[in-house]
Amino acid sequence: MNKSLYTIAENTLLAPKTYRLVLAGKADVEGEFVDIAIPGFYLRRPLSVCDREDGKLTLVYKVVGEGTKALSQMQPGTELEVLTGLGNGFHPEACREEALLVGGGLGVPPLYLLAKELKARGKKVTAVLGFNKAGEIILAEEFRAVCDEVLLSTADGSAGVKGFVTDAIAAARPSYDFFYTCGPMVMMKVVCGTLEGPGEASLEERMGCGAGFCYGCSIQTKNGPRRVCKDGPVFKKEELLW
Amino acid sequence: MVKDLSVGLCGLTLKNPVIPASGTFGFGLELADEMDLNVLGGISLKGTTREARYGNPTPRIAECPGGMINSVGLQNPGIDVLVNEKVPSLRKVYDGCIIANISGFSLDEYRECCARADACGGIDLIEVNISCPNVHNGGMAFGTSAESAAEVTRTVKAVCQKPVFIKLSPNVTDIVSIARACEDAGADGLTLVNTFLGMRIDIHRRKPVIANKMGGFSGRAVFPVALRMVYQVAHACRIPVMGCGGVASAADVIEMMMAGATAVQVGAENLRNPLACPEIIEELPVLMDELNINTLQEIIGTV
Repeated sequence: MNKSLYTIAENTLLAPKTYRLVLAGKADVEGEFVDIAIPGFYLRRPLSVCDREDGKLTLVYKVVGEGTKALSQMQPGTELEVLTGLGNGFHPEACREEALLVGGGLGVPPLYLLAKELKARGKKVTAVLGFNKAGEIILAEEFRAVCDEVLLSTADGSAGVKGFVTDAIAAARPSYDFFYTCGPMVMMKVVCGTLEGPGEASLEERMGCGAGFCYGCSIQTKNGPRRVCKDGPVFKKEELLW
Repeated sequence: MVKDLSVGLCGLTLKNPVIPASGTFGFGLELADEMDLNVLGGISLKGTTREARYGNPTPRIAECPGGMINSVGLQNPGIDVLVNEKVPSLRKVYDGCIIANISGFSLDEYRECCARADACGGIDLIEVNISCPNVHNGGMAFGTSAESAAEVTRTVKAVCQKPVFIKLSPNVTDIVSIARACEDAGADGLTLVNTFLGMRIDIHRRKPVIANKMGGFSGRAVFPVALRMVYQVAHACRIPVMGCGGVASAADVIEMMMAGATAVQVGAENLRNPLACPEIIEELPVLMDELNINTLQEIIGTV
């Protein structure tokens, strides 16, 4: 964990209520998420890292309450105090040859950094990205630039396969030896329940400290209580009880 | 002039009065890689019960203006793990005051756990939590009447040689009468206050934010109320008080001490800033200089 100041380099609308936040500051080399102090709010806001290069962190967030609303109104040049290097991420080394990434909504961004890491390791990467409707699609072009194949699904059928990510997977039957998923809990439960073979899921929970010592985000797993912020947020499929 | 931050507490000397409060610093080890633990005057460990507990369902945390609500529900690995693993591991890397925080659902449980903590070499002081708002039929139930608070105090004092502090709930009509009852029953000191029972509702989902509906409110917003209670209790009792509630700065530490606190616990602020305690300790000598204070001990209860 590191506590340091970052400067907002970009804070732009990607889709309704959904923003891309680029922070410039100390080169941050590890961690699955960062925890941002928003002036006027008590607890920090944890956000997954979507991309990281040249001392810049890219995060994608959705306005879901007062804190993220205030964040969305902050201008480039504003300084933010950020805790970085938090959480354990996906394990690209677990994939032998072919990876399947399954993202839903705001669960899509953290899979982008993983896709780049998998490609850097020479793996074949298929991404299945699910959204409610065409207007909410984010990062599709970025994924297409990195992955071997990108499948889209929308709940209303306005883009890609009509239905859920599982419908897109059933239609295309991509081959994989390891899957990685991030999205709404209901989606990940179905993904982990239906996809064969080993995989990992990145969980979300309301957090207190974000660094593993308040036990505010503990979940029950097959291996006993685990802290989403410190032991996760990424867990093996077999470990989760749902 | 070199400032003296040390304070005496029941025969122990703390290098400074700053102590992370129970539940906001794990078992200390969780933060060993993030800071030099040895700058801390003491560490109050996570509340421990006889058996391991998972605690309450999530969400356990809710944001509030000026603070937060938690309903962790005493998640802990149980007294065996505390005395056999957590404390010995912490003792290897930490030379300050280790405070075991004990919770219970019955007098028997308090007695047994306190006896185990008392027998554990690494523990310096025992803090008895009779004020947890997050578990049913336990915790706070003992802390909301003078009779039951005194009964717990007598029960644990009968099995402890080490100093015993009773951690009081602010969710009472008259905290002074409960404090006096604990003092009369033999408590060596008092920690106050625990969190304030609170609640938030998600107006979009039309449901409580916290899965357990209610939880303990803490953070900067409670500071004036906690300070008032510390002031009242410290002036009504002879035993030392550890002040707790909304402390977020060196100024807050000094204010709590002027109100009568011998040591000061920092709670929710650790969750906003994991480095809060070392930062406050670093800031203290600077502020003491500004206020013409040479030794912190001399300001205790001066208001």
